[in-house]
Amino acid sequence: MISARLRKAFPARPDSASFALELDFQATAGVTVLFGPSGSGKTLTLDLIAGFVRPDDGRILLDDDILFDRAAGVNLAPQARNCGYVFQNYALFPHMTLRQNLAFAAERRPRLERHRRVNEMLERFRLGDAAGRRPHEVSGGQRQRCSIARALIGAPKLLLLDEPAQGLDAPLRAEFYDVLRQVRADFKTPMLLVTHSLDECFELGEEMLVLREGRLVQSGAPPAILEQPANVDVARLLGVFNLIPAEIRALDPGRNTSKVQMGEFELDGPYFPGHLKGDRVTVCVRPERLSALARNGRPGVNQIPARLERTVERPQWMRLEFAGGIAVDLARPDYERVRDTKDWVIEFPRESLRVL
Amino acid sequence: MQIDWFPLWLSLRVAFVSTAIAFVLGLWLAYILANREFRGKEVLDAAVTLPLVLPPTVLGYYLLVLLAGNSPLGKLWENIFGSPLVFTWKAAVVAALLHSLPLLVKSARAALESVDRSLERAARNLGASEWRLFWRVTLPLARRSVLAAVALAFARSLGDFGVTLMVAGNIPGRTQTVAVAIYSAYEAGNTMVARTLVLVISGIALLILTVANRLNPRGT
Repeated sequence: MISARLRKAFPARPDSASFALELDFQATAGVTVLFGPSGSGKTLTLDLIAGFVRPDDGRILLDDDILFDRAAGVNLAPQARNCGYVFQNYALFPHMTLRQNLAFAAERRPRLERHRRVNEMLERFRLGDAAGRRPHEVSGGQRQRCSIARALIGAPKLLLLDEPAQGLDAPLRAEFYDVLRQVRADFKTPMLLVTHSLDECFELGEEMLVLREGRLVQSGAPPAILEQPANVDVARLLGVFNLIPAEIRALDPGRNTSKVQMGEFELDGPYFPGHLKGDRVTVCVRPERLSALARNGRPGVNQIPARLERTVERPQWMRLEFAGGIAVDLARPDYERVRDTKDWVIEFPRESLRVL
Repeated sequence: MQIDWFPLWLSLRVAFVSTAIAFVLGLWLAYILANREFRGKEVLDAAVTLPLVLPPTVLGYYLLVLLAGNSPLGKLWENIFGSPLVFTWKAAVVAALLHSLPLLVKSARAALESVDRSLERAARNLGASEWRLFWRVTLPLARRSVLAAVALAFARSLGDFGVTLMVAGNIPGRTQTVAVAIYSAYEAGNTMVARTLVLVISGIALLILTVANRLNPRGT
């Protein structure tokens, strides 16, 4: 288990604004994803844990080892931290073969054991055929597996991965996810994975830490975060919501209902705990939860008339973008039924509404 | 007319010894400058570079003051080796070193700094000591540029005139290097000797610089 309290500030420079990281978190077995936009401090967090950058203050605890403790004056060298690190560009030594790359990482072990261990890892990560070749002579998938094998060969207590699937094409990325799932099953090493891809969070993460400007803004299982983002900032970071300003007009906890005023229309929603009547809020609803229909006389309950601005083709569905910035995702067959519509209404199912 | 080739052999020997010393000392200084953060780092860098810009007479003067028989360093040398340093071929080595060392430090530092930092981080992360990191990762990756720097330093060691003249003198058969011999021959009217030595030393320098260019992936 890794438990970290990290403080690190960088003053403003001519080419960059000031930045401050203030982060407290714990991560146990499995994959914990650090999610956030570029510049939110994800990679810096890994570098602080690995010991490449010294925190200004805080404490890093890995199982029973103190890696860093400002108060106690402890600051272990990167060499002594026992954290595997998979770098963004893999950082394989270009002048060594894959086998030598692994051997380099196992050098502190006795010769015979080292040999056995290198062979074992080569086999486990299907690198046997490429073992004698250098990184630039092997495929992207082999490079990637080699970098994970090299990080794991010293039996680290924690595996840090810095956007390891960045820049891979779809088949390689799928292969990579398989490898990581295998690693999670075989090694039981907790993993801290940095990404700015929401898909990756769902694909791999048991736990997700959402970072913004050096702060932790929400943590939890990825589906739970998607179901209920903590605030508008998080919803914006996730990038998959319609966010519409609104006002709460009525709340009834007894019947679990509410009324929300959106523009000139009033919608029925579920009861929103923690909110008061009259609150100015943001309605947060995912495009695939909405439906778009042909208008038929007066708009029905929870229907709002809207003008279609454009449609965007997506592999699995059609995205309909309406005036006012509301997007609706329709499955292709559903879209085919309504495609010739001129006069639209958007329907907001009662249970789909969230307010932030 | 008979040409005395002793100055050429002496120059090559001086260049070899000074380059060997510059390699060890220069690589160490380059490593310190490339990897360590300390107060006065830029002053050290400037001090190392100083011989490149000071006039030879100034350098020669410093060396004479520092190394002459009655100076502390000169006395130390005499106590250890039993003979004075100045006006021997070893003083010519010191003179050559003064010029080859800054070149080597400058280029080797750039070479070491050009190695991808993430590879050095990876090595540390994998438990490699700083020593092993340097010899197994940084130096092998900077190998060609460092060798180019060594070649450059060697070429520069061949060509010193002013400082050598001041601290090693112009003793034929003992401290007379090619550069000094050319000057003497020209002064004495032996234009044939001067011309031959000029062509030979130019050829050698051209060869070494070509090798250095070939070695250096970024060009010199």
